[in-house]
Parts: sequence; C-alpha cells; structure tokens
Amino acid sequence: MIQNHALKSFKALLFLVAGLLLTAFNPVKASSGAENNGEEKFNIGDMIFHHISDAHEWHFWDGATLYLPVILHTPDRGLEVMSFHHFHNETSSYDRYHYNHGHFTVIGDESIHPIDLSITKNVASLLLSAVILLLVFFTVAKGYGRSLVPSGLRGFMEPLVLFVRDDIARANIGHGADKFVPYLLTVFFFIWVNNLLGLIPGGANLTGNIAVTLVLSLLTLLITLFSAKKYYWSHIFTPPGVPLWLYPIMVPVEIIGIFTKPFSLMIRLFANITAGHIIILSLLGLIFIFKSFAVGPVSVAFSVFMNCLELLVAFLQAYVFTLLSAMYIGGAVEEHHH
Amino acid sequence: MELLNPGIGLIFWQTATFLVLVFILGKFAWKPILKAVQDREKSIESAIRQAEEARKEMASVKADNDRLLAEARSQGEVILQEARKNAEAYLAKEKAKAEETAHRMIEDANKKLEADRLALRAEMKNMVAELSVDIAEKLLRQQLADKSAQQKLASTLLDDIKLN
Repeated sequence: MIQNHALKSFKALLFLVAGLLLTAFNPVKASSGAENNGEEKFNIGDMIFHHISDAHEWHFWDGATLYLPVILHTPDRGLEVMSFHHFHNETSSYDRYHYNHGHFTVIGDESIHPIDLSITKNVASLLLSAVILLLVFFTVAKGYGRSLVPSGLRGFMEPLVLFVRDDIARANIGHGADKFVPYLLTVFFFIWVNNLLGLIPGGANLTGNIAVTLVLSLLTLLITLFSAKKYYWSHIFTPPGVPLWLYPIMVPVEIIGIFTKPFSLMIRLFANITAGHIIILSLLGLIFIFKSFAVGPVSVAFSVFMNCLELLVAFLQAYVFTLLSAMYIGGAVEEHHH
Repeated sequence: MELLNPGIGLIFWQTATFLVLVFILGKFAWKPILKAVQDREKSIESAIRQAEEARKEMASVKADNDRLLAEARSQGEVILQEARKNAEAYLAKEKAKAEETAHRMIEDANKKLEADRLALRAEMKNMVAELSVDIAEKLLRQQLADKSAQQKLASTLLDDIKLN
C-alpha cells in the first residue's frame, strides 16, 4: 500500500516535470503554432481519451485497422451481428442503426434502446488474454505430468503460483484458504496479463476500464458475502465495544463499509492503469504539441522510463488487487477467537 | 464522464470470460498444478522425515555396535582375567607341588645324610674303639714289658683295692 502511494506521488512528480518542460518549450510551441494555423489543431485531450477508451475497431496504424463485429440486441429483432466496417465514422448509419461516438440508436424509433454486446477492442483483448492464460497454464499444468521438478515456463510461473497461494491466500485467509486459491490465482494472473497487454503499443486499456474492474470487484464482494461467517455479520450488526445508542450510526457505517471495500478495489485498479496510460500518452503527446524534434528524445526517454515503471505497476496492481481480495475474504471467514 | 460509465457489453463479456477462466483454469490448470506442488511438498517432507529416521536408525545401530563392542571388550577382559587367574593359580599350585617335592627330596636327602652320618659315626666309633684298644694294647705291652713295671701296676691295683 505504501509502495502504491509512493508510486502515485512519483507520478504526480512526473506530471510536474512534464508541466515545467511544457513552459520551458513554450516559445517553440508559439512559433510552430503560428506557422500551422491552417491545419486541424492537435487536441491532446481527445487523443488520450480516444486511446484509453473502448472502440469498435482495432486500429494498429493508419491503413491497418481491424473492424470488429458489432452485436446488438433489440427486443423486436433479437440478436444482430454486423461488421463495424459499415460504420467506421464517428457518426454514421447502417441498416436501421445510427452510430454516434460509441453509441448505437435505432433510426426513427427512439423508444428502442439496443443493448450493445459488440466484440469491442477491449472484448477482443479480453478474449486474447483468456487464450494466453489458457495456453500458458495448460502448458504449465501439463509439465507436471512429466516431472515434479519445474523448469522453463514452469520454473517462472511456479514461484508466482506459490506466492499467491502462500503469501497472499494462506497468509491472509488462514484456515480454509485453499478453497479460494483458484479464484485468487485467476484474478492475479488475469489482471497481470491484461495490464501487460495494455502496455503494448496499440493494446487495449482493459484493466483501466471501469466495467472490467467492476466485475472483478463484484466477484470479490460476492465471494466475501457468501463465504462470510457468523462472526463477520455479528461484527456488522452488533459492533463490539459500541454503546447501544450509537448503533443507528455505526450499523449503517458498517453496512456501507461492506461496499466501500470492493468499490476501492474497482477504483484503484481502474485509476492506476488509466493514469499510467494517460501519463505515457501525455509524454508522447508533447511531441505533437511542440511539433519539434528537440522534444522527441526527451519525450521518448520519459515515456520509456514510465513504461518500465508501468511494468512494475502492472505486477503491483495485480498483487494489490489479489492481496486485498484475500484480506476481505479473510476478514469474512474469520472465526470468533478469544 | 464516459470513462466512469461501465458499458453493459464489456460487463457481459468480462463476466462470462472471467467465470469461464476461473472454471477452466481451476479445473485444468490450478488443480493439477497445486496438486503436483502439494505432492512434491509432501514427498520432500517425507524424504526429509525418512532421512531423519535413517539418521536416527544409524545412530541407534552405531550405539548398538558400540555397546556390543564394549560388551565384547569387557567380556574379553573378564576371560583374560580369568585365564590369568587360572594360570596364576595353576602356577602357584605347580610351584607349591614342586616346592613340596623339592622339600621332600631335601628332607629325604637330609634323612639319608643323617643316617649315613650316624652310620659313619658308629663305624668311626667302632674303628676308634678298635684303634684305641690296639693303641692301649700296644701301650700296655710297651709299659708292661719289664717286671718292675708289672709289679708296680700290681701294687697300684692292690692299693686301689685296699682303699675300696
């Protein structure tokens, strides 16, 4: 947690440095801005927002764009699948659907709200990560059939698996921890792999998407609630050491506390990963703002450094999410000891 | 803000994919991996325990050996001591026997010597007596060769008789 905090403040410091650089190079910007008055103005906010948001196509570079399937569900027509190729503009129409900045509406009938189940860039990345996880861990698992001594990929993965089992699950849940190890292992490797996939240029910002972190933290919440013992509930509805007249305040606070924990999980992962992407994109965006070769090496150096830092953050956030999930579960399954 | 608004599509796909992952990985990856690791941990544990047991057994065997060796040594000592004692006793007995024999032989010799000495003495006595008689005869013959001497003797003898 402390490390996490330190990273956050480090990120803030980098922002400050970037800001200082911005003012230092201001004259360059002013002159170049004056020369290119006729061109479309580069909007760094739009660029960054575009990169960290979901999309219906996977844009690798100009000329290499993968149009992904659009899947819409409407009460009258059921499921419909079409290629996003037909839309491809920020605002365009195909069939009876109108597309406007990520949203589909039915032309002529505003009462129908299509449910968008499209394979977006994030979903494609999600499926890719699932395939990677399955391949990696099937290979690892198969290796144990041959020999109990790990080597190669197993040698790399086994310490991590044992780390999650021993230092995260068993250390924080205690008795009966092994029941939750499969979930925690999946969470850990899922977040880690997707964090890393997100760092690849052109990759999706999956773990920096609130829907993904919402689902993950909801699962932790559900596991916590369904495995909670009597002691956990008695702690919430009859807080120990609290006088009776404080119950009307304390019990609602405790109940809110049940939800703030997974909420913090959701926000933490989302914010950390999105922030990392924003920093790297901002640093690279400086080149386009200044339109100067002089900024290039500085920007690139900073973003390479940030990328290295993000590699650490990718692991750290996977660890933190898993660790805190284990702690919440541990708190729920704790038995009364005196 | 768009970023903070979770999309239903991604929620659906994420839930489906993640649950499938938890299920499949749990069944075909985590279970065999964790089982293999646990088996290995157990085998290592049992190997360590066996080694410990073997070590203990070795120690006990060594102690046994030492004990047996010590026993054998002490037994040997006892046997040796007994043999020495027997030998000493035998020696002493033999010595006593020899001494007795020697003693007896010496005694016998002494007795014989004594007897010889007595016999010799008796013989010598006889010889001395004979010689004395001879000498006395010769002396008497010499002293009583003339008449006067015979008379003198006779008179002395007579005197003695008178005195009595």
